[in-house]
Amino acid sequence: MLTFLTRRLMSSIPVVLTVLALCFLLVRIAPGSPFATERALDPKTKAYLEEKYGLSGSLPQQIIRYGSNVLHGDLGDSLKFRGRTVVEIIAQSLPRSLLLGSIAFTLALGLGIPMGAWAAARHNKTPDHWLNSIALLTLSIPTFVLAPVAVLFFSFGIPLFPPAGWGTLPQLVLPSLCLALPFVGVCARLTRSGLIETTGADFIRTARAKGVTEKTLILIHALRPAVLPLVAYAGPLAASILTGSLVIEEIFAIPGIGQFFVSGVMNRDVFLVSGVVLIYCVLLLFFNLVTDWLTAILDPRIRAQS
Amino acid sequence: MKTRLILFFLLTVLVASIAGPWLSPYDLSDLSNLRLDSPSKTHWFGTDLHGRDLLTRLLYGGRISLLVGFVGATVSLFVGVTYGLVAGYLGGRIDNAMMRLVDILYALPRIVLVIVLISLFDLKLKALLDHTWFASLAPHARLLLLFMGLGLVEWLTLARIVRAQVLSIKERPFVLSARLIGQTTPTILFRQILPQVLPTVLTYLTLALPAVILEESFLSFLGLGVQAPLASWGTLLADGTALLNPIQSPWWCVLFPALVLATTLLLLNFLGDQLRQSRK
Repeated sequence: MLTFLTRRLMSSIPVVLTVLALCFLLVRIAPGSPFATERALDPKTKAYLEEKYGLSGSLPQQIIRYGSNVLHGDLGDSLKFRGRTVVEIIAQSLPRSLLLGSIAFTLALGLGIPMGAWAAARHNKTPDHWLNSIALLTLSIPTFVLAPVAVLFFSFGIPLFPPAGWGTLPQLVLPSLCLALPFVGVCARLTRSGLIETTGADFIRTARAKGVTEKTLILIHALRPAVLPLVAYAGPLAASILTGSLVIEEIFAIPGIGQFFVSGVMNRDVFLVSGVVLIYCVLLLFFNLVTDWLTAILDPRIRAQS
Repeated sequence: MKTRLILFFLLTVLVASIAGPWLSPYDLSDLSNLRLDSPSKTHWFGTDLHGRDLLTRLLYGGRISLLVGFVGATVSLFVGVTYGLVAGYLGGRIDNAMMRLVDILYALPRIVLVIVLISLFDLKLKALLDHTWFASLAPHARLLLLFMGLGLVEWLTLARIVRAQVLSIKERPFVLSARLIGQTTPTILFRQILPQVLPTVLTYLTLALPAVILEESFLSFLGLGVQAPLASWGTLLADGTALLNPIQSPWWCVLFPALVLATTLLLLNFLGDQLRQSRK
């Protein structure tokens, strides 16, 4: 197990560095300057600013300089939000996105799995068909269609929840629900198909034949392989949901990491963008690792291979 | 729902978007003094902040959104299928290197890629188009790049799916015999293997189409995609959302774009679902 973890961690470092270098390069070669204002910048000032922020020299030099800074734990200064380091900005905004994301993730699994199990138990009957359609409905409606409509109805139509902002509990309700709902449908469908497929498998028939009770059959024999597809989906889902949805943060005016990312991209704020991408990338790799690890625990066939 | 019914509705949306703007008495950017007028006999879906007819704008927006979907999905189809075929068939080191590239592109945020693509090539493409007989397209260079860009970020999943299929297909007897009689690699790839993966690819198309429409709406929503005076469903929804405030909320500016967008995406997803089930 330990060798597996170390091997995976070692092999992800080059991936992270490549992604980071590519991102840095892309933002740097995009037209427009992070120092651009309405007035033309005179070359001396520009050269001074570039020198100060470590953006002088050729692109490879800049990338290598940035890379070595990152390896020393320095993500650089924001070029747009002057006087704040990227680490400060991330430390301030990431927890908000993480909180919102973990609520939404819990909601997605907490609603989706029971829905799927309920439908699987009524396979090919009316409730099953209905639930399938409802799941398809929720997964087809993107968050940025859902969110404005939700605000329209539940903030301005019936003033139940505040339409925007951050800090109080009611302000969390709409954004987390809007973020979770599309994934509820996916989770329900995965659970349903996983359970239906497993209950038809040979080893379940064998277990039933040797006289295992129905309860043990479902909980001990069927559940483990049935959640495999869900686990494979939940890993990347957690990464994307935890880093926050750009649109949700935009609509509900939540000062999370997504908002800083969008403003960074618009302002060619190269250190801020690369810093956020680093976080995204690390989270994604981390959850992929967790997924693989969970899969190995749940599925003896995969454990035997590695 | 029956597949025919879904196709009928989708066709209605398509025809309405293509023919609607001609039938409407208003123009995309006809301004009037009736600002934020609620739905009435003269303006069925109401008017927006500048007094423009919302229904007309939605129909025009449909043209853009659907066009983006088709072009983007087609681009992703060509790139993804070719990439997956080559990687899967050649295998070994080439396959490894090609799939690592896919992994890396997966980890890069898509909006960075699209923005860089648009801003890097916007003026170049405009200049290039000016000298050809496509000169009339030059003002829309940005839009063309958006189409391409969305297609080019959407192909990754398809490449993985196709590659996985090719891995198993290439060991089958008919491919081995094709190689034995001396067919060249491109012939084997496109004449022997491609027809085998085509059903999967076409099913995927029904998923890629809504995905691209969604991506465009999302970019436009953030103010990065389609620019005024043009409109897409995404920009209309974004405009409507910006108008919401506690004093007055013009519900029609949010609800109608949201309904149109959600219905179209839902229909496309239903279609994809039906196709996948019928293949099982």
